[in-house]
Amino acid sequence: MSLAIECRGLRKIYDGKVEALRGLDLEIREGECFGLLGPNGAGKTTAIEILEGLLPATSGEVRVFGRSWERDARELREWLGISLQETRLSEKLTVRETIELFSSFYRQPRSAEEVLAELGLTEKSDTWVGKLSGGQRQRLAVATALVANPRMLFLDEPTTGLDPQSRRQLWEIVGEFQSRGGTVLLTTHYMDEAERLCDRLAIIDHGQVIAAGTPPELIERLGGQHVVEFSVGGNSSEGGKTRQETWRGLAGVESVRAEDGLISLTVRQPHVTIPALLDEVSQQGAELLHLTTRQASLEDVFVRLTGRHLREE
Amino acid sequence: MIDADPKTKERTRAAAGIASDALKGDVRLRNAAVRRNGRWSGYTHLLVARLKEMQREPEVIFWVFLFPLLLAFGLGIAFRSRPASISSLAIAAGPRAKATLEMVQQSSRPLHAQIVDEAEAVNGFRLGRYDLVVIPNNSGNFEYRYDPARPESVLARAEADDALQSAAGRTNPLPTSARASSEPGARYIDFLIPGLLGMNLMNSGMWGVGFALVDMRQRKLLKRFVATPMRRSDFLLALTSSRLLLMIVEVGLLLGFGIFAFHMRVAGSWVAIVLLGALGAATFGGLGLLTASRAQKIESVSGLINLVMMPMWIFSGVFFSYERFPAVVHPFIRALPLTALNDALRATILEGAPLAAQAGRLAVLVAWAAISFFLALAWFRWT
Repeated sequence: MSLAIECRGLRKIYDGKVEALRGLDLEIREGECFGLLGPNGAGKTTAIEILEGLLPATSGEVRVFGRSWERDARELREWLGISLQETRLSEKLTVRETIELFSSFYRQPRSAEEVLAELGLTEKSDTWVGKLSGGQRQRLAVATALVANPRMLFLDEPTTGLDPQSRRQLWEIVGEFQSRGGTVLLTTHYMDEAERLCDRLAIIDHGQVIAAGTPPELIERLGGQHVVEFSVGGNSSEGGKTRQETWRGLAGVESVRAEDGLISLTVRQPHVTIPALLDEVSQQGAELLHLTTRQASLEDVFVRLTGRHLREE
Repeated sequence: MIDADPKTKERTRAAAGIASDALKGDVRLRNAAVRRNGRWSGYTHLLVARLKEMQREPEVIFWVFLFPLLLAFGLGIAFRSRPASISSLAIAAGPRAKATLEMVQQSSRPLHAQIVDEAEAVNGFRLGRYDLVVIPNNSGNFEYRYDPARPESVLARAEADDALQSAAGRTNPLPTSARASSEPGARYIDFLIPGLLGMNLMNSGMWGVGFALVDMRQRKLLKRFVATPMRRSDFLLALTSSRLLLMIVEVGLLLGFGIFAFHMRVAGSWVAIVLLGALGAATFGGLGLLTASRAQKIESVSGLINLVMMPMWIFSGVFFSYERFPAVVHPFIRALPLTALNDALRATILEGAPLAAQAGRLAVLVAWAAISFFLALAWFRWT
């Protein structure tokens, strides 16, 4: 399968001291939706801007559809549709004028009307950009990328700060683009968005990929696909460390995390772990205040990975 | 949450389908809606967008077009040179008052006379209502009450005396004639309008280019543009073209206003004036580009623009001639781009000097334009 993006050993040092990327490796296949996840400051935007050819890397190699930015910039620009984080488009132009302006830069753009219709902006086409809502502006930003008729779409935190309905609309737009064969790279810090949209994803922290794979693969890597969450009352919330080891020793527990008195166990088989947990609690003479079980999500993967990473420092 | 699994499969299938498609060629849409853009499509769209944006910004219309006109109007009214104004004189009431009035009125002198009581005449004179009081004495003598410290009073005395003496039959031993030649060309408004034009070209060039660019950089719009295949030269060219179009409107409005409201006479050729305007717009556009080449925030570029413009507002002879500054600093003042532009505009508009005779000023402008464009393009940051 041919690769849309291939990058090796990407490093970026700002002003000779701040190391934003420390050897990033990525492979994005044509036709897939790839997600870059990471906390703020992990290097997501730096990475995506290097891939977009907007920022030179300090070292490392980038190939986009087999081409390099040094030699084929013009061609690559024709192929990529880009939506940057927080671009504020000219407020005094109408939606249609904005789309037509962007479409004028490409050799073979799509028709503005078609893109407006696809993004549900037809009604707003004569409205000034300054008068649009946050969700409409974000859709317009994606429209300026889609009008290019790109092979690949770069979306840097496309749904940050949007209401649930606008987020859903954007997800549909991304899905449609992908169903026509487009490749998508998106950054987000919404785990549900990544789970919903991405075929594969990479979790970045401190400028490096700390885990990559399909969402189920990543969840599988937790060791268990279920999470048992509970809290106990009485004096039992003291002595955290030894207590955590007790929980870790219960049958079928893969990992333990405690947060604000709430203890989360990652387990393979809840029906094995829960009876053991109940026994342990009654042996200690403590009281179970809360008990739920749910399926593990990327959120759990993320917290586990970055949490561990942070503690190692 | 776990529905990711079946979805991924479906995606993988879709991706596989696409991959086989990709082997056949471009995976991009190949429907009828795809169109082709020509070489200049980006440039024309950028130019039209820029003009629309400016036109929709009421502040731009005010500061670029209306403000200079208001300034010209206000200053033109305040400092208008009155045509040797009509002297107003009071004739003290008395038996010979009527005859005196008739003698004054026979004259073609610019005099306005009326008969009032002596006390009231003296009081009015004190208040400035009358420039002169004429008191015809019973002895046949005419007494003038005037103030030697008030020029208009001195003038009124001379005029009134002349009128009375002529009416009484004096003939001039020498034949003389006079022709009025103080009209358009040498008035303050004639000096002012080319200066305002130069200042306006500076203001709109610096703000229109410098501020606009930093604003776009701060909005990340510049970065968004360079993320497309847009030619950077097209972008700068569109910005320059919009400045030149605006310049023609600015020149037309200000000079037109001078011509219609103040009967200003344009001695030089319009072609030369527009060429000068273009050179001025380019010079200050270049300086605007230079101030904007690095600044990330509109606050910092605003300070920079004001810093650059401030000396020129003061020294470059917009509102008054720089000849009033000590002669030692004149070479420095003349090296400023606005001084060169103002001097060239004045020489062309007021004296009809050809451009060829102003090589020095043109060289100053060209040098500023070339250096600032060169540095700006070397330093300019798109992101």
